[in-house]
Amino acid sequence: MMKEMLTGNAAAAWGVRLAEVDYVPAYPITPQTEIIETLAKWICDGVMEARFVTVDSEHSMITAAGAASATGVRVFTATSSQGLLYGFEMLYTVAGWRVPLVMINVSRGLSAPITLEPDHNDVLAARDSGFLQIHCETCQEVLDSILMAYRLAEDERVLLPVLVNMDGFYLSFTREPVEIPDIKKVKRFLPPYQPKHAFFKASQPMAQGVAVIGGPVYSYFKYQMHLASRKALEVYKEVSDEFKEIFGRAYNTIEGYMADDAEYILVMTNSFSTLGKAAVKNARSKGIKAGLLRLRLLRPFPEKDIFDAIIGKKVVAVLDQNISIGKGGILYSEISSAICNGKESPLLLSFVGGLGGKNISPEEFEFIFDSMIKAIGIGEIPASRLLYTEAEWKEMDSLKKMAGKL
Amino acid sequence: MNIAPIKSIKDIPTEEDIFPGTPVCAGCGGLLALRHCLKVLGKKVVIVNAAGCFTLLSIYPFTPFQNSWLYTAMACAPAGAQGIRDALDILIKKGRLDPEEDLKVVVLTGDGAAYDIGIASTSGAIYRNLDFYYICYDNEAYGNTGFQWSGATPFASKTGTTPAGRISPTGTELSKKNLFEIWKSHKPPYLATISPAHPVDLINKFKKAEQYKGPKLFINLSPCPPGWATDTSYTARLAKLAVDTGIWALKEAVYGEARHTVIPRRVKPVEEYLKGQGRFAHLFKPSRQEDALKKIQEMVDRYWNEARKAEVIKE
Ligand code: SF4
Repeated sequence: MMKEMLTGNAAAAWGVRLAEVDYVPAYPITPQTEIIETLAKWICDGVMEARFVTVDSEHSMITAAGAASATGVRVFTATSSQGLLYGFEMLYTVAGWRVPLVMINVSRGLSAPITLEPDHNDVLAARDSGFLQIHCETCQEVLDSILMAYRLAEDERVLLPVLVNMDGFYLSFTREPVEIPDIKKVKRFLPPYQPKHAFFKASQPMAQGVAVIGGPVYSYFKYQMHLASRKALEVYKEVSDEFKEIFGRAYNTIEGYMADDAEYILVMTNSFSTLGKAAVKNARSKGIKAGLLRLRLLRPFPEKDIFDAIIGKKVVAVLDQNISIGKGGILYSEISSAICNGKESPLLLSFVGGLGGKNISPEEFEFIFDSMIKAIGIGEIPASRLLYTEAEWKEMDSLKKMAGKL
Repeated sequence: MNIAPIKSIKDIPTEEDIFPGTPVCAGCGGLLALRHCLKVLGKKVVIVNAAGCFTLLSIYPFTPFQNSWLYTAMACAPAGAQGIRDALDILIKKGRLDPEEDLKVVVLTGDGAAYDIGIASTSGAIYRNLDFYYICYDNEAYGNTGFQWSGATPFASKTGTTPAGRISPTGTELSKKNLFEIWKSHKPPYLATISPAHPVDLINKFKKAEQYKGPKLFINLSPCPPGWATDTSYTARLAKLAVDTGIWALKEAVYGEARHTVIPRRVKPVEEYLKGQGRFAHLFKPSRQEDALKKIQEMVDRYWNEARKAEVIKE
């Protein structure tokens, strides 16, 4: 099978093109812009039959995306970081409209301080919005996930928008070999969108997004969203099975790497998982029974799959590439909720690393495995720790000196 | 659609497009105008609403409309209109929707959304020449939250956040933002001010707008009994006084060329408009604030003097 060298952004654009998306409202932001530029070019050249419009902000962009989806077309849009937060109000809103659009978030740390490189505070801020979330490690996965996302979103049992996440720079601008699926196969997997619930047409007037008064009505509709999202766990399995059958690539809700017989499990997400996998291999070569669990489907949260994957292990370390200020790693709490009622719950350690795209070196991974081994027998779980090397600390010192603060 | 202008109030269709029993206040000048607007626009309409009083028109499971509706959020109804318009165009172009099923896309917001929080998304939509209508029901404050100052609040109005007191005896010290000029600077195909007290003018403006593709924008001065502290029966008379005193100029602009459509014959003193309203009561009691009253009269006089210079106005 022919493969092309594509960046994550280009792979995303290919996913959108193959999904035969009708409408792309856009607003530029680094490191996402290459996606919308690629789509704009294709639409302009006539190789993609869609309408592209640059609006005045991400807030407007998500609104236009949601409204178009509520009218009955297949919609894609993309953003990143500050842009996602600028449009934040509308994430909850369009999810509440139950419209099946797909949006890419190219992760980037949040201001302040303003920066360009990735961590996951942006996408995890949208955790509770009602969007389903798929987090990707490779460029191929980005393309494939977009196709899967439309299937999921448009399924009548789900009808919720999907956020597909990839890391800025590390994935968005990194070229990897990507297989561009055959359009005939894609058509088999993803039939055209036929809206049965949300549309606007003269012969059938419809009021959408209407107000409610009173908690019982509000609770009813909110919980409906929750149930639909939970249902998406089942639907996801069907969709991924079918995807595997047609395209030969399998994507489960979580991905285990050398995890089956592992005693020590490192939990990660997104592109830095590749570094984690290398570290696991390295640890294995030293006789440590290490493994990695990569979370891919973050919403709905597949706690059962996670539980099954880590119950009975000795120690689990959650490496969060995000920080909930005043709490620590966000996924640490999520993983604990998945295992806290199990009888043989492993010890659970928390690390925060890779903030603002900071590299995680082999030594830092060694430190994690070392901490896991030491944790057995101590009986006390240390507070969340930040991965930061001595060299980085020294470098920071010299910057502070230049700033006149040392 | 027959776009020939009507001559008198008797030519207004009697059929109503908004069913009675809505939760908006009795005597709402905004609803009065909207009723007339929809008589021209017809039923093949989708209203895209921003947060405001009229959001409460459609409360699950009720709607008073025979047309479609989408509530968005406060700042972005024009962006919602963009999404719907584009989607309808795509569906028709790709043969997935019968052109007979097409809808007019109508943004409906209050002044808070139009003058303040949504001004960027509106500017964007006008600039992109989006084919849509915009109806702003301007009651000159944030009415749905209980009447606080907005960019549309006129000088010397009392609001919940600009009370009249020892430090600021006039209440609001700033003047009303000129949304007509802001929108006009984009040179939209059609832009007009309207009044519920001038339904013939209103209807003819909507009829005229019909011929243009692109933004068709309307600002309606909407007497608001609870906010303006007036009797509900006073709405139509007050709307008329706003025009007769020259405070609310009825005009239109086609591609940025403005002209007045209703010229008050004998312009009445502004006091006649102000004195019936609780929001201006502090200008008269306990003592008359002559400076403020004079300033308001001068602002109105200056406006009309400039208008007379810019265009030949038949009195
Ligand atoms: S508060 Fe004023 S503008 Fe709002 S519904 Fe009532 S009368 Fe109309």
